[in-house]
Amino acid sequence: MVDALSMQAPSSAELINHAGLHRKSRVETAMLFGLSLPGIVVIFVALVLPVGLMMYLSFIGADGSLSLENYMRIWESPIYGKVFGITFTVAFATTAIVVLVGYPLAYFLSQLSDRASSIAMIGVLMPFWTAVLVRTYAWLILLQDGGIINDTLMHLGVISERLHLANNLTGTLIGMSHVMLPFLVLPLYASMKSIDPNLMSAASNLGARPSRAFWDIFFPLSMPGLLSGALIVFVLCLGFYVTPAVLGGGRVIMIAMRIEANVSIYSNWGAASSLGMVLIAITAVLLLVAYQISKLGGGAK
Amino acid sequence: MNWFKQSVTPTQITNLDRLWLYSFSIIVLVALVAPTLIVVPMSFSDSQYLEFPPRTYSFRWYLSYLQSPEWIRATVVSLRAAVITSVVATVIGTAAAYGIRVGSKLLAAPISAIFILPMAVPAILIAIGSLFIFVPLGLVNTTAGLVLAHTMLALPFVVIVTTAGLASYDMNQEMVARSLGATRARAFFTVTLPQIKFSVMTSALFAFFVSFDEVIIAMFISNGTGGTLNRKMFNALRDQVDPTIAAISTCLIAVSITLLVLAQIFRPRRDA
Repeated sequence: MVDALSMQAPSSAELINHAGLHRKSRVETAMLFGLSLPGIVVIFVALVLPVGLMMYLSFIGADGSLSLENYMRIWESPIYGKVFGITFTVAFATTAIVVLVGYPLAYFLSQLSDRASSIAMIGVLMPFWTAVLVRTYAWLILLQDGGIINDTLMHLGVISERLHLANNLTGTLIGMSHVMLPFLVLPLYASMKSIDPNLMSAASNLGARPSRAFWDIFFPLSMPGLLSGALIVFVLCLGFYVTPAVLGGGRVIMIAMRIEANVSIYSNWGAASSLGMVLIAITAVLLLVAYQISKLGGGAK
Repeated sequence: MNWFKQSVTPTQITNLDRLWLYSFSIIVLVALVAPTLIVVPMSFSDSQYLEFPPRTYSFRWYLSYLQSPEWIRATVVSLRAAVITSVVATVIGTAAAYGIRVGSKLLAAPISAIFILPMAVPAILIAIGSLFIFVPLGLVNTTAGLVLAHTMLALPFVVIVTTAGLASYDMNQEMVARSLGATRARAFFTVTLPQIKFSVMTSALFAFFVSFDEVIIAMFISNGTGGTLNRKMFNALRDQVDPTIAAISTCLIAVSITLLVLAQIFRPRRDA
């Protein structure tokens, strides 16, 4: 369709379009809102509305009037105290294991060459690409009384009686650590990679031994990555359901499982909702802390 | 013994520490990968119980999966929901990411925050709350209900990945197209989209996995004939260790690996 005539007037076309573009840029705020609107509607209908309704229900008592009785029950009942105790113990223990295992691993990855680290990264990323249920199932098989781990240890003569590794707290912690490890290693690795290697050389030039340079320079600089990674893991552990439900064998009752039981076994929506609100409040506070730490980390760099 | 105490370079840890670090890390990496890989040979076992290594091999657990109408139906439900979720979440999420990129800088942060929200709320709360909303809307046990909930869960991933893709794209190219007379929509589809297509495809892949991997919400808003594969697997796992699940797991791993390989093939190559 391009002919000689239209080729002759590029300057005026340019001017018109510039004016048009300029006017259009003022409408962009509305455009932004318009384009994100379908997504916001989905999040509103499938997330804000349901959780908002739960919040409302948590303040409704048995007689249908507004009351704090659901929260009072959580506060007073020894069962809920125990559930919160177990949840925090499991979340804290998992985070501790993941930090102790993940820090050396992230350090190892950050010191490798690009080619070697991208190969090693497959190991860290692979769990992300396998369904949580598949991994939990795999651990159940590995850890069961007649499983490979018990068989091997018996065969080697390390143990004389089979260890109970699944259907209890041990199994839950192993399974959860496996699921959570990448969530710590990836942000930690990123923060370690951003540490200027010249700082370590400078420390060494000034006479610091490698271990001194590590603890005085590298470790403090990696702290923001470690802290935010650990908080993400902790928060995810608090609301975790699948792995403790399967590997805990009914012995490790976490908040999420109690909420589920309140609905599906006892049909007590008020109790479930109030527990949910407590969980969401704790999660929100911890996420805010994590956000502040990550902002500090960004500022220090 | 002196070798152990030496450093390779002045800034690096001693050889002894390095040896310790390397062996430790390799053990951890093996522990990360092993559980997934061990399911594969076990799924071919002929035994009623799971054993490793299997004494005799057979396809009996695959047959038991493929010949079970219930498992197949659950698989179809899951696949259908995941494919539709993938399409819907990618379209909606890409539009939002584009809006965040080109729109006013003032609204970008709060709108991004809204899209991160589904990651921050524990899934069990979404699950129970959804039941409240879905019962009056008639969405329980429907594909539409699953797609709605899963799209919401997948949106953070899509928006994050696509926003990252758009961040490294030079928006001036689109301005050039528009100044040459293309409409904004045409400029987006012919100039911008081809250049961020890798991010968009990665988003679609993520959304597929989020939906396919999801258990808890599906447990509440689907049941019986409308139940997803994960829901059925989860219920089966709580009762007993059924080797059929090993066969299904192996199929799922194969699907993951296939999609990963596809993602690698479609990835733009800068050095080629």
